[in-house]
Amino acid sequence: MLEQTSGYEVVIGLEVHAQLQTRSKLFCGDGTSYGTPPNTAISPITLGHPGTLPRMNSKAVEHAIRMGLVCHCDISHYNYFARKNYFYPDLPKGYQVSQHTTPICNNGFVKIKAAGKEKKVSLTRIHMEEDAGKSMHDEGGDVTLLDYNRAGTPLIEIVTEPVMNTAEEASAFLTEIRKLVRWIGACDGNMEEGSLRCDANISVRKKGEAKLGTKVEVKNLNSIRNLRKAIEFESARLIDILKNDGKVDQETRSFNADDDTTFSIRTKEDADDYRYFPEPDLSPFSFTQEYINELRAGLPALPEELFQKYTAEYGLPEYDAGILSDDKTLSDYFEKAVRGTKYYKGVANLLLGPVKSWLNDSTKDWSELQVDPAVWPKLVELIDSGKLSFSLAAQKLVPQLIEQNHADPVQLAKAMNLFQDANASDIQNWVEEVLNRMPEKVSEFKKGKKGLLGMFMGEVKKISKGKADPKITNDLLLEKLNQP
Amino acid sequence: MEVTDEMVEKLAWLSRLSFNEEEKTAIRADLQDLIAFVDKLKEIDVEGVEPLIHMSQEINVFREDVVRGSVPREEGLKNAPSVAGDFFTVPRALKK
Repeated sequence: MLEQTSGYEVVIGLEVHAQLQTRSKLFCGDGTSYGTPPNTAISPITLGHPGTLPRMNSKAVEHAIRMGLVCHCDISHYNYFARKNYFYPDLPKGYQVSQHTTPICNNGFVKIKAAGKEKKVSLTRIHMEEDAGKSMHDEGGDVTLLDYNRAGTPLIEIVTEPVMNTAEEASAFLTEIRKLVRWIGACDGNMEEGSLRCDANISVRKKGEAKLGTKVEVKNLNSIRNLRKAIEFESARLIDILKNDGKVDQETRSFNADDDTTFSIRTKEDADDYRYFPEPDLSPFSFTQEYINELRAGLPALPEELFQKYTAEYGLPEYDAGILSDDKTLSDYFEKAVRGTKYYKGVANLLLGPVKSWLNDSTKDWSELQVDPAVWPKLVELIDSGKLSFSLAAQKLVPQLIEQNHADPVQLAKAMNLFQDANASDIQNWVEEVLNRMPEKVSEFKKGKKGLLGMFMGEVKKISKGKADPKITNDLLLEKLNQP
Repeated sequence: MEVTDEMVEKLAWLSRLSFNEEEKTAIRADLQDLIAFVDKLKEIDVEGVEPLIHMSQEINVFREDVVRGSVPREEGLKNAPSVAGDFFTVPRALKK
């Protein structure tokens, strides 16, 4: 692959469509839930009946501006919609209402990490538009079936500059966008259900060439994997054309997930002429700076901010901070858990260790964790006091706390008989039992193989079933072993 | 600007309409009249005049994000020229 691409540069720009999380459509009160029976979320406005007037959903505007703020965009103070005219039955009106002329957000950027390097991906714009309905082309039949439930659902389209150069960068961008829309609750980010989808503009030029090559657009990539595969396939195809002195056709292509290839669906010649003009049925809208500031103040702390806080303020290692700030549900939970305590590292260890394993084992995610977050600092206190070993807590107590949705680790540990509450004479007996059982090891230790101490500790722990305080055990073992 | 047969054909294609020769001639004449009217308007000097896009002075006409106003499926399908079961239908839009 590397040898094949050397001498050429791939340039990628993305258009990401995100369905906004509103209850109702962009211009009318039909519901937006996914998977409702066909043609049950249809109003005369959706159906484009004469005499109907659309009205704008205020929540959709809020989401669009919030996303713009998160992406460091300039927010347009004056906006109106345009009609994009095209004749296709997925929108009964014969046009799509879209912010062609005055996108709500301009410029901005999204930071990504790819191949170990950080990169700022510049955005051109974010604009609002309505989604189209769903058409099904009856196999073998001569009709197309139409379901207009999705027609009119609010979308934002996030358009980047042509600034990415690898499939990895493009995937990192889409992954970051999915994280951000979920983080601020603008979109559920569900790619399987089509709430988030992506078109890729790909071109190739000789390295050092200033002018961009002719681009192809691959439409409707509905997973991060498909985006990556489509770019890999297209890059190789375009480079191959250039190497053989061929000419790249400007065209729109579709991705075939069965064999990871793309195929042409239309060329520039039969491209539509959309004849945009301002939508007269919707009044223009504008925002004051106060309104925008209000929305900014209501934004949750973003992953980057949290990472800073966790490393600088909480003193967590970058690795822990990275995981904790990558998932909103987890970071919210963590914040609740450590509130009013200083057990940052202890709580992080529990959450990222035994709690995470429990979730993995039960194929659940953080949102399904019911147990009160306040339970974790209590457990850390217990471990720190030496009354309970971390490993017993991790193996025995944590799963039970979660499963029983138990609020009191002290009580549960007592009930489960997990405390390291053996007295010194019990421990003395266990120490002697272990040492008597393994005379050869003892003499090896005495000859200088001091590393065996850990093994003796382990044995005592085993026969005491974790009830021996490690510090006392350690002292007693050393005392015994160092006797001549 | 003169309206040509190609222009009529392109517009017909964009609106997925088709005309016979007689209709084409009539439409060409209609369009020619329309364009002459617009050409006349273009003589007016609008230097420094902001385009008037919306007739109403209203701004920020929003609605709350509330679900209401859908019609039952049967009602929605009632006025459609062609339906099949729960769906609206049109002549197959994708080539076989």
